[in-house]
Amino acid sequence: MTQLRKLYSQLVGLFQSRRTAPAASILLTVLTGLMQVLVPQSGFSILFTLVAIYVVAHANVHTVTKVVLAVIPLLVAVPIAGRDNFALMPLMVQLCIYVALALGLNLVVGFAGLLDLGYIAFFAGGAYVYAIFASGQAAKFLPWFAEHAPTGLGGWWFWAAIPIALAVAALLGIALGLPVLRMRGDYLAIVTLGFGEVIQVISRNLDHPLNITGGAPGIAPIKYPFFFGIPAEYNGIAVYMVALVFATLTAMAMMRLEQSRLGRAWAAMREDDIAARAMGVPLVKMKLMAFATGASFSGAMGMLFAVKQQFINPDTFGFMESIGILSMIILGGLGSIRGVIVGAAAVTLLRFQFLRDLSDLFAGAGLPPALDITKYQPLIFGLILIVMMIYRKEGLVPATRPQIDVDNLGAPVPKPASSTQGKALGQ
Amino acid sequence: MPEALSILPQVIVDGLVVGFLYAVVALGYTMVYGVLEFINFAHSEIFMFGAFAAFEMLMLLQGAGFLATLPPLIALVATVIVAMAVSGGLGWTVERIAYRPLRGAPRLVPLISAIGVSFFLQDFARVIWTAARGNYQLTVPNLISGTIGPWKIGSLPINVMIPISALIIMVASVLMMVGLIWFVNRTKVGKAMRAVAQDRPTASLMGINVNKIISLTFILGGGLGGAAGALFAVRYGAINPYIGFILGMKAFTAAVFGGIGSLAGAVVGGLSLGVLEAIVTAYLGPLTGDILKGPEYKDIFAFVILILILVLKPAGLFGKATSEKV
Repeated sequence: MTQLRKLYSQLVGLFQSRRTAPAASILLTVLTGLMQVLVPQSGFSILFTLVAIYVVAHANVHTVTKVVLAVIPLLVAVPIAGRDNFALMPLMVQLCIYVALALGLNLVVGFAGLLDLGYIAFFAGGAYVYAIFASGQAAKFLPWFAEHAPTGLGGWWFWAAIPIALAVAALLGIALGLPVLRMRGDYLAIVTLGFGEVIQVISRNLDHPLNITGGAPGIAPIKYPFFFGIPAEYNGIAVYMVALVFATLTAMAMMRLEQSRLGRAWAAMREDDIAARAMGVPLVKMKLMAFATGASFSGAMGMLFAVKQQFINPDTFGFMESIGILSMIILGGLGSIRGVIVGAAAVTLLRFQFLRDLSDLFAGAGLPPALDITKYQPLIFGLILIVMMIYRKEGLVPATRPQIDVDNLGAPVPKPASSTQGKALGQ
Repeated sequence: MPEALSILPQVIVDGLVVGFLYAVVALGYTMVYGVLEFINFAHSEIFMFGAFAAFEMLMLLQGAGFLATLPPLIALVATVIVAMAVSGGLGWTVERIAYRPLRGAPRLVPLISAIGVSFFLQDFARVIWTAARGNYQLTVPNLISGTIGPWKIGSLPINVMIPISALIIMVASVLMMVGLIWFVNRTKVGKAMRAVAQDRPTASLMGINVNKIISLTFILGGGLGGAAGALFAVRYGAINPYIGFILGMKAFTAAVFGGIGSLAGAVVGGLSLGVLEAIVTAYLGPLTGDILKGPEYKDIFAFVILILILVLKPAGLFGKATSEKV
């Protein structure tokens, strides 16, 4: 045990020392990249690649080096491996979608302190907006489409649909936000849960009198968009690249938002809404902003999900998905952007890679299909929530706060402080 | 419209039967809320486990050949008692493992833990009964059949048919509610419970063992949920691990409707929600010219009510409005 600890501290030292860190980072990246390319079928390849990116991101190297060392495996090694492992590109797209979704939910729950259990509803909104107009569905209730685009819009329409999906999701967010403005934490949770159910029931039943959503069977097939003239075919790297850009933009937006005036107002509201109001924070506006902003990220990712899946139906957007995303941000650390990314990546890899591997293993050992390991997801989400709440409320990578040295206000250098215990939950 | 009106008595009776189930489950939510001020999200799963315990008990009786020989009422009472014991025990366990370590933590913490417990129990039941019975959709052995009605008053026909199992739900629910309200208002332990609900530190200073009272609250609430689950299983004959989710949400709505924390409120809220829901389900189709079909939107009706109550009268019918202390 002590030897393990010694080894760990030596490893940490390797990446912290200014002398050895660049070499160690480059070596680690090259090794994991090679593993990714040479053993593309294994889930551990992608796991190690992601771990390497996380380690390098915390190593004592220049920011440019960090970016380069993160970009190379994601843009070179992973796509190369994707040519041999057809499950890899969809997995990575899913991972990017969940990272962005978890970041969006973290904005509502972690930054603003509003427990939203129906977050998947906005995702459904974005997915449906895109799916309806990029398939033959629109022709079923709009005469114009039946005449001019019987199989829906495709190609460049994807880019035009982004602002529409953002707006629809943001409007849904405000629609949810308005009635819950005065509600306290636990009531808010139940009502948002109900909102998720309402959206699901509506999408299931809106095939009459006008067939808008396709009802319970859903909508299929959804047209491939064109990304810069390249048709984004399934398994293709084009969807992955776009998803990666979306997720990166979301993460950057979150970092900016957290330190912005808006982010600080949300933090004040989360910590003590009465005090925040007394300090002049407009609570109504801030709450609606939180719901609308969080929702719009979800809507954009919903579009991408429809593109990836080529098929959507109401069952895709159940309560379990909302809880899945919640378990990601609880696992990673409420309010912590790094933590949420780690949590989302961990849960997604578990759900879509390692549970499947285990399932194959156990099916070979004679486990009946009714008890298939991939069906245990709710059990795992539940356990994550309970165990994290009891043993580590602040998450695996707790949120930190920039501390301002009051004596040196002239030069406010934000430096990561020691974690404040469960910052987002401590109200 | 006379045709539509003629089904109204039947609609109301059916609504009342469901309403009694909502009310009994709502009592569990409201008791825990009264004492701990948090929503026991896992209560719906405790109800579901009651239904599964009842199923196992009936299978046991059937296997031993008692189901054919024993009077149905005795078999029913035995089943309900077993379900109450299982669910009460489960309620106690859940509190010990997932809520007690979090007491005093910020409000969202036990709520998130409760959501986790709910998901865990749901999937746990699925795994256990799939492994044991090969399928998690179970058909409960028929215990009580037959209906009473329709009646005639003079020459006026009353077109109401009440299955005997539905009648049993009503009678059993009334007995349990009266018993609970008597217990809370008239016994010494009940007084201690009310004291803990009112002010936990002061109750503790008065020599009340707060932990024991909270455990007891979970056992009582869980027992009631389990009894409701057993009655549900006997009445509707088909159970699965997901029966708790929607019913639990509706029971919670009922508790909020009546004013959370108030026992009488939970009863009134449950009954009114059951009847309202039955009426909407029956008449939404005819009223909108079959554009909106009642049964399809039935499950979101309760949520609409919940939102309306929370916006218009957050304290509910019987609750006292409280202003937040700074």
